[in-house]
Amino acid sequence: MAYNLKEVMANKPSRLTAGHRMCAGCGAPPVARMILRALKPEDHAVISNATGCMEVSTFMYPYTAWTDSFIHTAFENAASTCSGAEAAYESMKRQGKLPQDQNTKFITFGGDGGTYDIGLQALSGAMERGHDMVYVCYDNGAYMNTGIQRSSATPKFADTTTSPAGSVIPGKMQSRKDLTEVMAAHHLPYVAQTIAYMNFKDLYEKAEKAIYTEGPCFLNVLSPCPRGWGYPTDMLMEINKLAVETCYWPLYEVENGKYKITYKPAKKLPIEEFLRPQKRFKHMFKPGNEWMLEEFQKEVDKRWETLLALEEMSNKE
Amino acid sequence: MGIRERLSGNEAVATAMKQINPDVVAAFPITPSTEIPQYFSTFVSNGTVDTEFVAVESEHSAMSACIGAEAAGGRAMTATSANGLSYMWEMIYIASSLRLPIVMSLVNRAVSGPLNIHNDHSDAMGVRDSGWIMLFSENNQEAYDNLVMAHRIAENKDVLLPLMVCQDGFITSHSIENIELIEDDKVKEFVGKYNPEHYLLNAKEPIAIGPLDVQHYLFEHKYQQAEAMRNAKKVILEVAKDFEKMTGRKYSFFEEYKMEDAEIAVVCMNSTAGTTKTVVDDLRNKGVKAGMVKVRVFRPFPAEEIAEALGNLKAVAIMDKSDSLNAAGGALFEDVVSSMYVAKKQVPAVSYVYGIGGRDTTSKDIEEVYNNLQEIAKTGNIDNPYRYVGLRK
Repeated sequence: MAYNLKEVMANKPSRLTAGHRMCAGCGAPPVARMILRALKPEDHAVISNATGCMEVSTFMYPYTAWTDSFIHTAFENAASTCSGAEAAYESMKRQGKLPQDQNTKFITFGGDGGTYDIGLQALSGAMERGHDMVYVCYDNGAYMNTGIQRSSATPKFADTTTSPAGSVIPGKMQSRKDLTEVMAAHHLPYVAQTIAYMNFKDLYEKAEKAIYTEGPCFLNVLSPCPRGWGYPTDMLMEINKLAVETCYWPLYEVENGKYKITYKPAKKLPIEEFLRPQKRFKHMFKPGNEWMLEEFQKEVDKRWETLLALEEMSNKE
Repeated sequence: MGIRERLSGNEAVATAMKQINPDVVAAFPITPSTEIPQYFSTFVSNGTVDTEFVAVESEHSAMSACIGAEAAGGRAMTATSANGLSYMWEMIYIASSLRLPIVMSLVNRAVSGPLNIHNDHSDAMGVRDSGWIMLFSENNQEAYDNLVMAHRIAENKDVLLPLMVCQDGFITSHSIENIELIEDDKVKEFVGKYNPEHYLLNAKEPIAIGPLDVQHYLFEHKYQQAEAMRNAKKVILEVAKDFEKMTGRKYSFFEEYKMEDAEIAVVCMNSTAGTTKTVVDDLRNKGVKAGMVKVRVFRPFPAEEIAEALGNLKAVAIMDKSDSLNAAGGALFEDVVSSMYVAKKQVPAVSYVYGIGGRDTTSKDIEEVYNNLQEIAKTGNIDNPYRYVGLRK
């Protein structure tokens, strides 16, 4: 898979146009743009989008920022809506009701609320049924569209509007659900976790693989939110880097059951580096709260070790 | 001239679906409609239809997948009952607001709780304001005929609304009765090809469906839906006329049974009409001028026509197989009496809630209603307009 960012940017215009209403410093638009760039220019796409920041700020009547066919119906069912469109495509193609040379790809975008939580059932169902589609979760770790409420993707101790860091309870008390692993357990042809980092190489290549692998594929993309996380808007790319370099968000893929960690930091940074620039973790740095940092680091280490073990185990001959 | 068969209501529906041969069917099992996707998936497995069958993980996803499929440019159908429809509820509204002519077979059953799998109309009444065209069917024949007419109505350019065909759970869905089927080729020709104007799979014209629709626009979009529902009245009659030409079977907004000179009448829907007709016959033999109106088209509600049909009665009872729990009578009752009020027809009217949760409604129960109507017709007095029949004291 030869890849040259300059060529991609020059030859593949963005299929999500400028003029949408996403916030400055939001991690989601670069993710959506880059994923759509992985489409072959001659291919048509049907995009299904869950209710959330991305949907309300890209398709406010009568304007749309999407150049492909696009459908939004509700919050929890982006996967099942997409599965219906894909079923119609299969059926109509088979019956000769569509041009034989038409190649339509099906891509779903949902935030972590619409994916980890309320949309989990629809996602699981669509993936199990084997529709030829890609589900992309842009994970910003809370219900950002409704005003930063905790979701099952919210990391432990994060201060959100429904898990406020108070004098008795110091933020969210539960660890983050590992959705990528949940999806890997569906034994799909391709599951990957990625982020916009290092010239988007990892994101672009995984998107291309997911879109052009036949069958149901899943991408989990960490997409920071300046409002919810509390970082300066010009720091987006730095936050992405720290998420990866601390192993908070490991980059890996599971292809037909085989794990491959696509980037291993030469020197794993301490988790504090990722947490410190974010206001949602501010209380963790108060004197007396060192235990919170220790606990967070332990959880990150545990998950990283597990992943290394999975990679080793699944690649044994 | 047709094919004589013996089929249950569910078999009749599945047969119509086979003849319609939709592009996508997405359904989830729920009693008493489960047999429909069961029969249909057999057609799929044996290659007798071209349909892609999507065995979804819930009714919410069933309706979502139908929306996706219909928006994509295909014909999508589903079947459900009771809680299945309740679970779809959010998507029911979205389907009609996106103006997608999805067709559903609703096998009526009591909505929980407590849990009850038997027939009443509480499921249908829960979506009566959702912008779906709602047709009710007395028996297997009507469930079949209504479904054959469904796409022509729903897909009409002046309508573009989803449509559901209702029949009574178990009472008709599981009873085997005689039926006259239409030949496959005739159904195919009658239903015709689906040619949507704009659809997702038209790669030459990408479109965006389902926007954020704020204060400046939602009101007008809802008004367009309301207009489409008004337009549906004319289209329903046109399609019925064509259907009559093909089969000889006549359909309208409602069936009037011995109403020409009737002084008292019952208004009801679905299978209860069958029982009521025998009671009307008995009463007629005794010289009582009884009649019946069976509502087929509940949405759009044929307000003027109903008021006209009932306007000269001395008393009327409106029977609801669902309690609106509003201290003011059932849903059909409310629609009928407000139609008469607007048309300045002053007829003493009573609401009867009956048959809840599959409570058997016998000819004796219906007789009791007519006896009370005779009393009201005589005196003009109604001590309590909100009544129950078949309820244990």
